[in-house]
Amino acid sequence: MKLNRRHFIKCAAAGSAIATAGALFPGISFGNWQKLQNNSGMIDWQKAPCRFCGTGCGVLIGVSDGRAVAVKGDPNCSVNKGLCCMKGYHSVQALYGSDRLTKAQVRKNGTMVDVPIQEALDIIAKKIKETRDKHGKDSVAIYGSGQWTIPDGYVASKLFKGCLGTNNVEANARLCMASAVTGFMTSFGIDEPMGCYEDIDHANVFITWGNNMAEMHPVLFSRMLANRKRRTNVTIIDFATRLTRTSQAADKSILFKPQTDLAVANAICHEIIKNGWVNSNFINEHVSFHKGKTNIGYGTEDHFAFTDKAEPISFDDFKLFLDDYTPEKVERISGVSAQDIKYMAALYGDPSVKVTSFWCMGMNQHTRGTWINNLVYNIHLLTGKISTPGNSPFSLTGQPSACGTVREVGTLTHALPHGVVMNEHDRQMAAEIWDVPVSNIDPKPTYHTVEMFRALDRGDIKFIWIQVTNPMVTMPNLKRYRDGALKEDRFVVVSDVYPTPTTDVADVILPAAMWVEQEGMFGNSERRTQHFAQILEPPGEAMSDTWQIIEVARRLGFEKQFPWSQEEYIEKIWEEYRRFHAGPKHEMAPYTVLNERSGVQWPFVNGKETRWRFNPKYDPACSNGKEFHFYGKKDNRAWIWARPYEPAAESPDNEYNFWLNTGRVIEHWHTGSMTRRVPVLHNAVPSSYVELHPEDAADLGVVNGEMVKIISRRGEITMPAQINGRGVPVRGMVFVPFFDESYLINEVTLDAFCPISKQPDYKKCAVKLEKA
Amino acid sequence: MPVFSYIAIPKSGAKKELCSDLAALSFCEVIPADNQDVIVLVTDTPDENTEKELQKTMKELQSLQALSLAFGYDDKEKIGN
Repeated sequence: MKLNRRHFIKCAAAGSAIATAGALFPGISFGNWQKLQNNSGMIDWQKAPCRFCGTGCGVLIGVSDGRAVAVKGDPNCSVNKGLCCMKGYHSVQALYGSDRLTKAQVRKNGTMVDVPIQEALDIIAKKIKETRDKHGKDSVAIYGSGQWTIPDGYVASKLFKGCLGTNNVEANARLCMASAVTGFMTSFGIDEPMGCYEDIDHANVFITWGNNMAEMHPVLFSRMLANRKRRTNVTIIDFATRLTRTSQAADKSILFKPQTDLAVANAICHEIIKNGWVNSNFINEHVSFHKGKTNIGYGTEDHFAFTDKAEPISFDDFKLFLDDYTPEKVERISGVSAQDIKYMAALYGDPSVKVTSFWCMGMNQHTRGTWINNLVYNIHLLTGKISTPGNSPFSLTGQPSACGTVREVGTLTHALPHGVVMNEHDRQMAAEIWDVPVSNIDPKPTYHTVEMFRALDRGDIKFIWIQVTNPMVTMPNLKRYRDGALKEDRFVVVSDVYPTPTTDVADVILPAAMWVEQEGMFGNSERRTQHFAQILEPPGEAMSDTWQIIEVARRLGFEKQFPWSQEEYIEKIWEEYRRFHAGPKHEMAPYTVLNERSGVQWPFVNGKETRWRFNPKYDPACSNGKEFHFYGKKDNRAWIWARPYEPAAESPDNEYNFWLNTGRVIEHWHTGSMTRRVPVLHNAVPSSYVELHPEDAADLGVVNGEMVKIISRRGEITMPAQINGRGVPVRGMVFVPFFDESYLINEVTLDAFCPISKQPDYKKCAVKLEKA
Repeated sequence: MPVFSYIAIPKSGAKKELCSDLAALSFCEVIPADNQDVIVLVTDTPDENTEKELQKTMKELQSLQALSLAFGYDDKEKIGN
């Protein structure tokens, strides 16, 4: 860092005056000051959302001499109120890994060679045109993620759906949030949580459903712990399949056998009804009852298709359905004692207790992911504990803009920025805003993520452009999809910031601008849109993903649809996109407001954010004159669903006798391509491992650090054992974090998915173990 | 080449205006407090005459209630010593 003598004197002058002010005016703060000084030189502070998880913590990034040198929590951001987790505090170091991609590369004669980025963009445009001409419009695809900024996802959808006429647009949020979406849509007819993080400050009971919040959402978890310490009437219950840091901090840990959360949720409803804890007024006014298809399959075969069909049922039908789920019967299925089931039911059923349920991947990465989302909503709806401060069924997200980009912009095959491709009105709206003929937008969805990579393997898709994600680590049953991507006549473009196993299969690599090297917006778990300015220059020829798509679109002849200059394109895109959500149910804040604030919650109506939806005290979209208005469904009611327990796609048997569960650790985010470049985080957890129960380890004859071979019907992997580490699985289960590309655990996992959401289950498949 | 820092107090309700007035002057850097009507001002002028002119201009600002010196440094004085 450069610091000249003059600069030093100015720092001393400012520091001296600030110290004097501190003595004269007790409690005075200069924390919001954009030009803070310290003894290492001038630091310019600017706001941004954190780059990593879906919590959406606000951070202040300190820049000196054009380099990010410091991070602190943004005290003005209500999400984290000045706190960060370890990943947030070290986030800027992820910008400066020594192997950052700074030049475009193209495969020539089997070798990747550097080329000017404009040449690479020419090649991409030419290849898209050639592929479409030869193989049809649905032979090209784009695959992004919940790490796409909102403008990234918007221009991707506009180019591929609006201009190129293919619905081959997907994102890796399909792998983490799709069941949450279908859960919301089937229960409420509208996506995203009704509550907000402020629920944490009001609830008396927190139940984490298969959700290790202590590691995955640590800032929110610490807020729960702070509430428990400050208030005397707060209880935390961890309901999970393995013991974690969350279990250790909880007041009570309840373990269930994988997949049986379905049965337990139904048993809780059974108890609520049996004991007269139903909020009858709420049910009569605001709820209708339905059932769907059963025995719905697992999607392990190509071209699997399923469409659910809702049939209305009565409350009595629902009550009869629950007869199969008495606590005693469910104890035998789930391993959860009838007493514990009754205990949870009593908490939900007590009208004097406010209950917030949190969940994330445990419920979403589930072959009945939509169902278990429905079932937890059932509990909250039966008791009327919803849409009021502290009473909140709350689906958390794993990626910084899974909500903002994938769910709100609609970067999934069936979706549009407003509505779905199957709906004529929604297509007309998109065509008008995008300035394309409505006939361009195909009314038929094509491939969800798993099927998209199957199509690439089969050759139905010949060209795929992958941005901001790493599917060659994250796809389940990975070997098939990596082999598919490497086939002779497939063309793979990858935009990323570091080399990954996905860039290894690329024909063209584009260096991408990362995070605050570009302007953009993310949308977090609580409907909060967070703008960030370009604070840093991207290295070398790195370019924002949005601008990469614009460059290619123009080369393909769509200058009219992508007319913006580099100085104003984000603002222009935002204001165009905002038109899709006009109206009280989803109104988004104008660009100028986003620019000023540390996030704004939608619906943003008449200058006011909406904290609790469906409640007229807070939500301007409510119009029925009643205490609540569930306006997402045509019958203006929330739907309770009769959904049965059905087993997992693959369960342990005599040969493959262990459950395999996969997930994350606090130090690393997702596939580790960024956090493994941060020395402090990498050194803390330098490699992955397999967690074993101590008695299973003893039976196998392995001790900590010894190598264990994990074998499934898809593949095998050998990795070090961890026994009595931070997580302890139950007997008969192993757990493997997936952040380490040296140990590709997804070569072992199964590509079974929820037939409604099409989201794969990374938490359950059968494996056997050998001492290596 | 004097460097000074001051604590500036705005007239009632005029903090934002004072920040704008001071930031509009050459050689001035403004550091407003988050939670009180107090501003730290750092000036970095090229010579004594410019410094005097600046101080005169500052004292004429309608939004300024009071200005207290917190730190002063001048290269010239240092060389003379």
